[in-house]
Amino acid sequence: MSGLSFDLIALQLFTGLALGAIYVLFAIGLSLIFGMLTVVNFAHGAFYMVGAYVGLFLLSLGGNFWLCLVAVPLIVGTSGLIVERFLIRPLYGRGIDYPLLLTFGLSYVMVELIRIAFGKSGYPFDTPEILQGAVNIGVGYFPLYRLFVIGIAAVVLLGLWLFLERTSFGLIIRAGARDPQIVRVLGVNVSRVWLFVFGIGSGIAGLAGLLAAPLQGVIPEMGATILAEAFVVTVVGGMGSIGGAVIAGLLVGVVVSMTSLFAPEMAKVSIFALMAIVLLIRPQGFFGRAGLMS
Amino acid sequence: MLRVENLNSWYGASHVLQDIGLEVNKGEIVCLIGRNGAGKTTTLKSIIGLLDKTSGSVTFKGKEVLGQPAHVRFALGLAYVPEERRIVQGLTVRENLRLGLVASPDKKDEVRRIAQIAEIFPRLAERLDQEAVTMSGGEQQMLAIARAMIAKPDLIMLDEPSEGIMPVLVDEMFELFRRMKSEGTTVLLVEQNVELALDIADRAYVLDQGSVVHHATAAALLANDEIKERYCSV
Ligand SMILES: Nc1ncnc2c1ncn2[C@@H]1O[C@H](COP(=O)(O)OP(=O)(O)OP(=O)(O)O)[C@@H](O)[C@H]1O
Ligand SMILES: [Mg+2]
Repeated sequence: MSGLSFDLIALQLFTGLALGAIYVLFAIGLSLIFGMLTVVNFAHGAFYMVGAYVGLFLLSLGGNFWLCLVAVPLIVGTSGLIVERFLIRPLYGRGIDYPLLLTFGLSYVMVELIRIAFGKSGYPFDTPEILQGAVNIGVGYFPLYRLFVIGIAAVVLLGLWLFLERTSFGLIIRAGARDPQIVRVLGVNVSRVWLFVFGIGSGIAGLAGLLAAPLQGVIPEMGATILAEAFVVTVVGGMGSIGGAVIAGLLVGVVVSMTSLFAPEMAKVSIFALMAIVLLIRPQGFFGRAGLMS
Repeated sequence: MLRVENLNSWYGASHVLQDIGLEVNKGEIVCLIGRNGAGKTTTLKSIIGLLDKTSGSVTFKGKEVLGQPAHVRFALGLAYVPEERRIVQGLTVRENLRLGLVASPDKKDEVRRIAQIAEIFPRLAERLDQEAVTMSGGEQQMLAIARAMIAKPDLIMLDEPSEGIMPVLVDEMFELFRRMKSEGTTVLLVEQNVELALDIADRAYVLDQGSVVHHATAAALLANDEIKERYCSV
């Protein structure tokens, strides 16, 4: 066991946090959209994938990574606005399965369009030059880029938190997630709020896809994998809970990374095992409200 | 100020309101009474815009609002306090009050407005930073009223505000309605507590099985035991 030193485990923990940071960014949008719109957004993975491809495309035009960090969420977020406004909105009030099926189909369309435009095989995605290399974090050398991913996720979360807690629009979102009808009779145009929430969620998913690209490369199917994992995150954290998505996202990242250290062949199964355990003990997840789906 | 004509409403296929007609003039307190299931709540919901299927006409300050979404009706000065209070979980008293202002042009004035409303509702003033759902039922009802009043609507509709509330608070609440009236707010009140409601109201409509079956001044209705017996006994 000499190979498995404390430092190695600590490093692997950080690797897990970086992976978890991507899950968190992905899952908060999924959770926010479900909490407000009661839409189970199966296209969320496709927005993530598109984020990575938009980044790739901008870089090929001569843009740099910093530009991508701003442009990708804006572009993907805007396409989210269009999808909500023209495809999902007509389905409100018809039950949870309509938007679910629509976004499911949409995700296939988006993946196919990307395959047509960029080809079926994947691309590598270079880590931006100044983020290459490793830094000593006390327990050993850790890739700088992964540290950067954790940092960006922290900044996005902090921004989102301030927005939700400190602004009027955030207050509307928090109240609307609990009781859209009361918000409506207090004068709020709820469909505008839903539009905006879908846009934000998609934009952050796009950003997550961009951040993941240097770690895993870019392929048209990348969204499907993370979607399945992110459903675990939202179920464990509690559907509709942002705080739950954050904690569960980090937890899932750490669990995956730890099992890949000790039992690599179990890494993918481990998160579903985690989900099963949590569901047995607490069916609504860490922070979920019981009966939300009924 | 508010005129309802030939209002019909449906929940899915069930036709709940038939040709409701009523009118509320500026500065009045008008009371809507009737048995359980008579259609009082449905009438208020139709007026504020929470029902999908309605026909007829609802004009507010001269404008037809029946085809408009609820938030547009709010913007015209119509406020609604629902039966179940609907205090939002997870928000403090102050945040619930702010919620009453988010759509109002007076949003910039938030701090002053909350101070003003806290003066009218001393019970809330002491609890501004408490989580709202931890208050008593009566206090929550006060908050629901304050939240609807904070944007200074022209007409406020209240659905059974005294239900399940201890008598001291009910008195306090009715005193408040009198005061609202004297300050120029118009009130459309649904109440089971008929005697108490008629005592402060100007006029009343009696609903039964989705139709208006009687209409009189409050004083006349208060004296009419037969009608009260027939349509208002629980
Ligand atoms: N969501 C709904 N779906 C179907 N029918 C409904 C619904 N809400 C109310 N109804 C029916 O519509 C009729 C009128 O109900 P409404 O709630 O307006 O009565 P109400 O006068 O407010 O009664 P209460 O005094 O009990 O509050 C009743 O027959 C009721 O069963
Ligand atoms: Mg009722």
